[in-house]
Amino acid sequence: MKRNIQFREALSSALADEMTADPSVFVFGLDVPDHKRIFGSTAGLLEKFGPERVFDTPLSEDAMTGAALGAALAGLRPVHVHIRVDFALLGMNQIINMISNLRYMTGGQIGKLPIVIRAVIGRGWGQSAQHSKSLQGMFAHFPGLKVVMPSSPQDAYSLLRASIRDDNPVIFLEHRWLYDVVGEVDDAHAVPLGLANVRRHGKDITLVCTSWMNVEAHKAADLLARRGVEAEIVDVRSIAPLDAATILKSVRRTGRCIVADYDWSFCGFAAELAAQIHHGCFKELKAPVERVGFAHTPCPTTRPLENLFYPSAKTLVRAAERLLGLDEMDLSQEKFYTYEVNFKGPF
Amino acid sequence: MDKAEALGLYQKLYLVRRCEEKIREEYFKDEMKTPVHLGIGGEAISVGVVQALPPAALTFGTYRNHALYLAKTDDVEGFFGELYGRASGRCKGKAGSMHLCYPERGLVATSAVVGTTIPVALGAAMASRYRGRNEVVAAFFGDGATEEGTFWESLNYASLRGLRLLLICEDNELAIHTHVNDRQGHEGLLSAVSGFRCHAERADGSDLPAVLEAARGILRKMEKDPRPGFLHLSYYRFLEHVGPLEDFKFAYRKKPEEKELQRRDPVHRFEQTLAALGARAEEIANVRSKVDERVLKEVAAAQKAPFPEPSELMTDVFV
Ligand SMILES: Cc1ncc(C[n+]2csc(CCOP(=O)(O)OP(=O)(O)O)c2C)c(N)n1
Ligand SMILES: [Mg+2]
Repeated sequence: MKRNIQFREALSSALADEMTADPSVFVFGLDVPDHKRIFGSTAGLLEKFGPERVFDTPLSEDAMTGAALGAALAGLRPVHVHIRVDFALLGMNQIINMISNLRYMTGGQIGKLPIVIRAVIGRGWGQSAQHSKSLQGMFAHFPGLKVVMPSSPQDAYSLLRASIRDDNPVIFLEHRWLYDVVGEVDDAHAVPLGLANVRRHGKDITLVCTSWMNVEAHKAADLLARRGVEAEIVDVRSIAPLDAATILKSVRRTGRCIVADYDWSFCGFAAELAAQIHHGCFKELKAPVERVGFAHTPCPTTRPLENLFYPSAKTLVRAAERLLGLDEMDLSQEKFYTYEVNFKGPF
Repeated sequence: MDKAEALGLYQKLYLVRRCEEKIREEYFKDEMKTPVHLGIGGEAISVGVVQALPPAALTFGTYRNHALYLAKTDDVEGFFGELYGRASGRCKGKAGSMHLCYPERGLVATSAVVGTTIPVALGAAMASRYRGRNEVVAAFFGDGATEEGTFWESLNYASLRGLRLLLICEDNELAIHTHVNDRQGHEGLLSAVSGFRCHAERADGSDLPAVLEAARGILRKMEKDPRPGFLHLSYYRFLEHVGPLEDFKFAYRKKPEEKELQRRDPVHRFEQTLAALGARAEEIANVRSKVDERVLKEVAAAQKAPFPEPSELMTDVFV
């Protein structure tokens, strides 16, 4: 069935469909069953599946993360939800010392570890430094974790289903602003983990994007098109395992690349991408890969500094112009950060 | 408490209330671009405990920190400057509502990750002991924070070392929308902490004189017998968890009767105390109008203040 739905509904549908398909799937975490339902992404689940399978927890992320692992070891398929990834940091001991290692440390005696940790990332409304992190690079740094970042309703739906079905631990990172995005979702369309997605075709430059940066990239590509530059957008989607082949194929063709990772660039996933692209496309590259990411500071609260902290379509256009050796086009009539103006928070 | 002291306290209590009511009035103009966790109903806790603490005592708090900030620092200008994200904000607009602090005036840090400042306050108490002083350090936190391991770890260590760490639990029975009965598996916090070598007291946090008495009482015990203190203060959260509105329409909790709401309103309660102490209506009105004027002035100033310079983005990362 095809429907036009919001990203948040795509998530709740994926959960409902997997819970229907498999009684061992359950969803838990702070605020999961309250009336706000994690910005709507757990809507309808409590009514449909009851409090044994959809439940709240105390503020005890460390223990609850360990409990997710224990439940998975005992044959269940937990989906643990964090309304902000910053709070998952309290569960890092379990995630990094146990969940990511356990199968390997036991010499494979532990077969399956089907755990999904869903976490909301990104900018909201003056979210400041403790409610705005992304952390995909940090999670992907650890062997034994899969890391997924959907950027469309279809991917939110299909990748969440694939993550729940995966027998390995998956960190599933959802940008807060994507929740409002509407798109067609076909529930028969499966997307396996581990594949990048070429979201727009172009021959002049490749924009390799994660999460919200895909939205900025589409706007940048529209602007660049006005001056005859065709940008190709590759949505990484699966941070780990990484589909380097799709990315390299695009860059080999365009010869120019901007890596736009929704995170700090320094020591981040952007650095990994840039290294792999340089290595894999050394002959074809006409210029060094550019990285676009957060300013290397904690996230400030006040809007004018926030707008400097976060890259936008404008940042991408300027970077593309540098790479292509073009003059700066006139962007004075363009509106950037429009989503920021629409978003009224409070979270 | 005599009338003069009471009027002084009322000025602080009413200042907190007025500032938060002003935030409610202004919030939908979309100029304060920061999530606000209002403490309407809980003002007496910060006002009373700060009053009882030695003036130089270091304090730590949470994202629901407006009352603590104002009670401890009396900095209305920096407060509104911060909420409006202006250069005049105490933290230059980098903090917003959730991380307000003023270390020079003893509010060292607040954090929006629940439980986070409890062990930090522990460390400050440890440092004071290290220097041979063992002064009181106070950590404010909500009932939800006691579910985090760090609360118990900190209490354990402070009890072990006999540190003068004052733990103030501001208990509104809610963590966002989840009632304490759906979160805690013990028979009440006071009994749960009773096995530790700490002092423990509870009081009605909506009643400023009761808060003051309980805080002074536990501080006296901590003075005589150096142990951590656990102060359990209950209050009613009048508004939604975050944001300027009421949230009774969502039905996860019932709106109390008007009489009960008045009983849980620390400002209303304390006005009755004032009357009983012989304060005249015009004396009370006088305090209010001065506070009203001050708040109006500072809000107007904040609205006109410049934003931080772009170069501020890169400052303050390192010393
Ligand atoms: C470690 C952590 N987990 C989850 C959250 C999300 N969260 C913010 S406030 C809150 C409830 C906290 O309740 P309580 O400690 O009672 O404080 P109150 O808001 O009632 O003042 C939660 C769950 C958080 N900020 N930090
Ligand atoms: Mg609470």
